[in-house]
Amino acid sequence: MVAIVDYGVGNLFSLRSSLAAIGEEAVVTGDAARLRAADRLILPGVGAFGDAAARLRQSGLDQALLEEARSGKPLLGICLGMQLLLQRSFEYGTHQGLGLIAGSVVPIAPAIPPDYKVPHIGWNALDFPSRRSLHPLFRGLRPGGCVYFVHSYYAAGCESNTIATTEYGADLTAAIALENVCGVQFHPEKSGGLGLTILKNFCKL
Amino acid sequence: MITKRIIPCLDVKDGRVVKGVNFLGLTDVSSPVKLAEFYSRSGADELVFYDITASAEGRALFTGILTEVASTIFIPLTVGGGINTLEDFGRVLGCGADKVSVNSGALRDPSLITAAAKRYGSQCVVLSVDAKRLAGQFRVFAKGGREDTGLDAIDWVRRGVSAGAGEIVLNSIDADGVKGGFDLELLAAVCDAVNVPVIASGGAGCPEDFVRLFQTLPKVDAGLAASIFHFGEVPIPDLKRTLRAEGINVRL
Repeated sequence: MVAIVDYGVGNLFSLRSSLAAIGEEAVVTGDAARLRAADRLILPGVGAFGDAAARLRQSGLDQALLEEARSGKPLLGICLGMQLLLQRSFEYGTHQGLGLIAGSVVPIAPAIPPDYKVPHIGWNALDFPSRRSLHPLFRGLRPGGCVYFVHSYYAAGCESNTIATTEYGADLTAAIALENVCGVQFHPEKSGGLGLTILKNFCKL
Repeated sequence: MITKRIIPCLDVKDGRVVKGVNFLGLTDVSSPVKLAEFYSRSGADELVFYDITASAEGRALFTGILTEVASTIFIPLTVGGGINTLEDFGRVLGCGADKVSVNSGALRDPSLITAAAKRYGSQCVVLSVDAKRLAGQFRVFAKGGREDTGLDAIDWVRRGVSAGAGEIVLNSIDADGVKGGFDLELLAAVCDAVNVPVIASGGAGCPEDFVRLFQTLPKVDAGLAASIFHFGEVPIPDLKRTLRAEGINVRL
């Protein structure tokens, strides 16, 4: 069973529906005991990093997530949920993340040409680094397949754990992974059939 | 590289999809759920649903349909029509919408844009503008194109973006339903004024209209249309292949 972490951030309707569509039993919960009972965890999130990190801490779910991740349970962060896996974010101040993967969350704008719009919204292609083998999360995917992005900040300083990038005037981190912990900047639950394939792959990790 | 989006728009009244020509003479087309599934399979990049129902019964029917669509289709969904309060945002987001489009509601109360952006994020707030040439300017019309607001469209779009709108749907009343191509003059003026995604709406009659749109105005992010898709005049896979052949990056 998959537990979708509910900490009051973001809209979980589509994520729950997309798991149902691939035949995965999922529970949306903010209860640490139920997170511990699940086979795998998804950390979603939309909005500001500081607020989301504070909610995770106040609810005590940060400790449960850290312990479960360290015990080897598969964990997938989506969008802001991926960013929370990193050490810190510079979105409106400096905020501490879960620190499960080394790296920082920084604004896109200084990294791209000025005529590119921010947020980076829309369907963009996934590129897989040639120096490493395709991560199991992307099994069955061809390079150039498009997924749906909506973000103004991106993960930097995590090159050694980057498993996909996307080109938007610069190569932006699209996905990261370190052992059982992975994260995607895009929304698999909004990326059509390709997104469902990625969720299916996660459920097999 | 980011792709240009192709967006079918479904006007929904009493649970059915309709499309007006110049906003008059509505014709019943199909079931919203069936049409949405069809479009998703055909490669639509996003769907826009406008609830043009006035009654409470129709509204309840609409949210039911929205829930059904969002449970089976996993591409971004934008919902508009009758969005006047923060509660309206909450209602459609709770049914699985990703973005909410405001038009007359924001004209009545521009602070709605800011309040919604603060609560749900700018990426969630789409400002939809119906514009028409009048007295040497682009004038904003409200209530489905029936009421002249006296506002200049470029000024209004600029205000909307600074208030927190994350995307603009620009509908040309002059071009709508005429199938003579998008209103490039109006779109160029808006693209110059703001730096958020701009979705062109109104006037598409054939694939070449989309080619001209994206080649003439590279800053336009998406093209939206209704009847040419609903009636099968322009199949989306054909449209995307044409665009790709013309060097325009699309998701195939």
